[in-house]
Amino acid sequence: MTTTPGTPAIELKGVSKRFGKNFDIAARLARRASAAFGKSPKDLTVRAVDNVDMTIRKGEVVGLVGESGCGKSTLGRMVAGIIQPSEGQVLWQGRDITTHSTQEARVAQLKIQMIFQNPYASLNPRLRVAEIVGEAPRVHGMIPRGEFDSYVDAQLRRAGLDPAYKRRYPHQFSGGQRQRIGIARALAVQPEFLVCDEAVAALDVSIQAQILNLFMDLRAELDLTYLFISHDLGVVEHLSDRVFIMYLGRIVEQAPAEEIFARANHPYTQALLAEVPRIETRKKQFAGVKGEIPSPLDPPSGCHFHPRCPHAMARCSIEVPALREIAPGHRSACHLNG
Amino acid sequence: MSDVTLDVRNLRTHFFTRAGIVRAVDDVSFTVWRGRVLGLVGESGSGKTVTGFSIIGLIDPPGRIAGGSIFYQGADLAKLTEREMRDLRGNRIAMIFQDPMMTLNPVLRIDTQMIETVQAHAKVSRAEARTRSRDALGMVGIPSPDERLEAYPHQFSGGMRQRVAIAIALLHRPDLIVADEPTTALDVTIQAQILAEVQKLAATYGTALIWITHDLSVVAGLADEIAVMYAGKIVETGDVGTVLDRPLHPYTQGLIGSVPSRNKRGSRLRQIPGMTPSLLDLPQGCAFRTRCARADAACQSDPGITEPVPGHALRCFHPLLEVTA
Ligand SMILES: Nc1ncnc2c1ncn2[C@@H]1O[C@H](COP(=O)(O)OP(=O)(O)OP(=O)(O)O)[C@@H](O)[C@H]1O
Ligand SMILES: Nc1ncnc2c1ncn2[C@@H]1O[C@H](COP(=O)(O)OP(=O)(O)OP(=O)(O)O)[C@@H](O)[C@H]1O
Ligand code: SF4
Ligand code: SF4
Ligand SMILES: [Mg+2]
Ligand SMILES: [Mg+2]
Repeated sequence: MTTTPGTPAIELKGVSKRFGKNFDIAARLARRASAAFGKSPKDLTVRAVDNVDMTIRKGEVVGLVGESGCGKSTLGRMVAGIIQPSEGQVLWQGRDITTHSTQEARVAQLKIQMIFQNPYASLNPRLRVAEIVGEAPRVHGMIPRGEFDSYVDAQLRRAGLDPAYKRRYPHQFSGGQRQRIGIARALAVQPEFLVCDEAVAALDVSIQAQILNLFMDLRAELDLTYLFISHDLGVVEHLSDRVFIMYLGRIVEQAPAEEIFARANHPYTQALLAEVPRIETRKKQFAGVKGEIPSPLDPPSGCHFHPRCPHAMARCSIEVPALREIAPGHRSACHLNG
Repeated sequence: MSDVTLDVRNLRTHFFTRAGIVRAVDDVSFTVWRGRVLGLVGESGSGKTVTGFSIIGLIDPPGRIAGGSIFYQGADLAKLTEREMRDLRGNRIAMIFQDPMMTLNPVLRIDTQMIETVQAHAKVSRAEARTRSRDALGMVGIPSPDERLEAYPHQFSGGMRQRVAIAIALLHRPDLIVADEPTTALDVTIQAQILAEVQKLAATYGTALIWITHDLSVVAGLADEIAVMYAGKIVETGDVGTVLDRPLHPYTQGLIGSVPSRNKRGSRLRQIPGMTPSLLDLPQGCAFRTRCARADAACQSDPGITEPVPGHALRCFHPLLEVTA
């Protein structure tokens, strides 16, 4: 697939998200616990997303990859308008949707749907499947009168679920079935943009193939645009036009998919690709992470990756490397590039 | 000590719902050996988690074990009282849930939780329990475990939380661990770290593992045996290399063919035609019949278990004997 230079669907401009201070109980608890380590409370802000620029063009599939806790879900939630950035702007078709109250933001919220990472926590346990999937499109007048049942059936079938299940509650489903309910719910409101947060992680590979094919069909038919967050690099490679690699809140590399899988530049990306398990492997001796895994509460100075980087130099712990173009469309944030 | 850690025979776990009986696990048999890993894969909704929950005694009404046995050291777990089961659970038999927050309490410090777990099964002082907890964290590669013990789950990254849940599962060096999608939420580097620990555990303490996952590449590298589930039944089982290289069951073959790396980039992925049937409304005979290219009239009766190649068993009338994957 080639990158089509279409109009931007989503643009992030210098977007940051910090959690801390009075944000939630967990953060307060965290602060109290860290006080026990002798740190002052102001150290306890988590920079979940740190000054990210990103443009996703209409009809494009952008993969977002990175270590657990590096800020992918937080970024996705800002794109979907579920949370607001601490700094920076989110533009949807050129209009700022950073503040919730505007009419644009409300339209965007319907047009940009998110499929959530945790299929256990993201479904209302007291609603039947038919209500979970059909409620929003009914409220927004997307279902012709008298066609509620057939509409819901079609949505469920499309996500690979037997409509016979629609009177059931979420707890009666397996993990992968719940994930498909979430997919059906997101697609039911006819979105233009999908944020897929580990959307196929709980599915067996055959049903996963069915859902990924559905995503590709929707893109071809309706020009749907995707931000595809996933740990599964095989899936990301298969589906994405471009890939962004994130490490501790920052984008460290971005490139067309073929380019990044063929010529990864950033040492973190290289480390990631080296660990991809392969189905051809037998009785592999797995190896642990070398060096300490840094905490987002107290990220390393300079390049966040320096404590684990095999190429780290003196300047790496002092100076933040800029995200610089190293080949057309290929950017990387590493001092090795000069 | 016998080499067999767990022997599941003809297990049936059913949910008696108003709409009908959901036969989530229906005549499942398998063996897990000491120090070995059984990879349990299969269709979403085929009964993998329910199998795991049946072993550790966590099936709630309207579900119950409707038949079969789960032999662990000569005792049938399916017949134990809730109290007896509770003594085994978390002690000799542990489960790692897909969501580590099922193990961890978000408002309690890690040390509180781990010390409680130690003291629940061992009569030791608080100080001793703390030492064991610290050692367990160290064993799963958590840096500076002494300080980390004083943190809350929230302060840990996803990978660290997962490892804490794993550390808790390891606290008593159990004979058996049922791990349900334990690394699905992890990036590949942290996943490799955990798999390395698991391998060490199996080699050092003879812990047997049931590793439930959708990731065939992980199973390929980690497991010794593999069992493939479809609609409540194990349809194929054997040595991991044999099954992945030469699947005999049409469902297994379809599954392996769907892996993205087996498909051209950007092309439509191969998928098994048709849809998973509802467990309330399974076709007569082989449940895969309506989706199988090899189905014929014979498949309308139940395929029993056969072993066309020694050590490689399956439920199918027309195995792919001459076909290679
Ligand atoms: N509500 C919150 N309050 C405080 N900190 C938070 C909150 N939500 C997220 N964080 C922190 O922000 C960081 C990024 O979290 P995020 O969920 O975006 O990571 P992720 O990249 O999606 O990880 P994973 O791959 O494990 O899902 C983490 O350190 C997390 O602890
Ligand atoms: N409480 C319940 N009531 C009715 N049916 C249930 C209940 N719990 C599970 N089931 C059904 O039992 C079947 C097996 O579920 P299970 O969770 O074991 O699947 P699984 O193989 O783990 O799937 P996944 O890979 O999607 O997690 C599913 O079809 C599910 O719908
Ligand atoms: S900037 Fe330095 S530490 Fe960071 S990735 Fe490049 S070489 Fe490694
Ligand atoms: S028994 Fe028949 S329908 Fe079932 S998998 Fe074998 S060939 Fe296909
Ligand atoms: Mg996430
Ligand atoms: Mg499951």
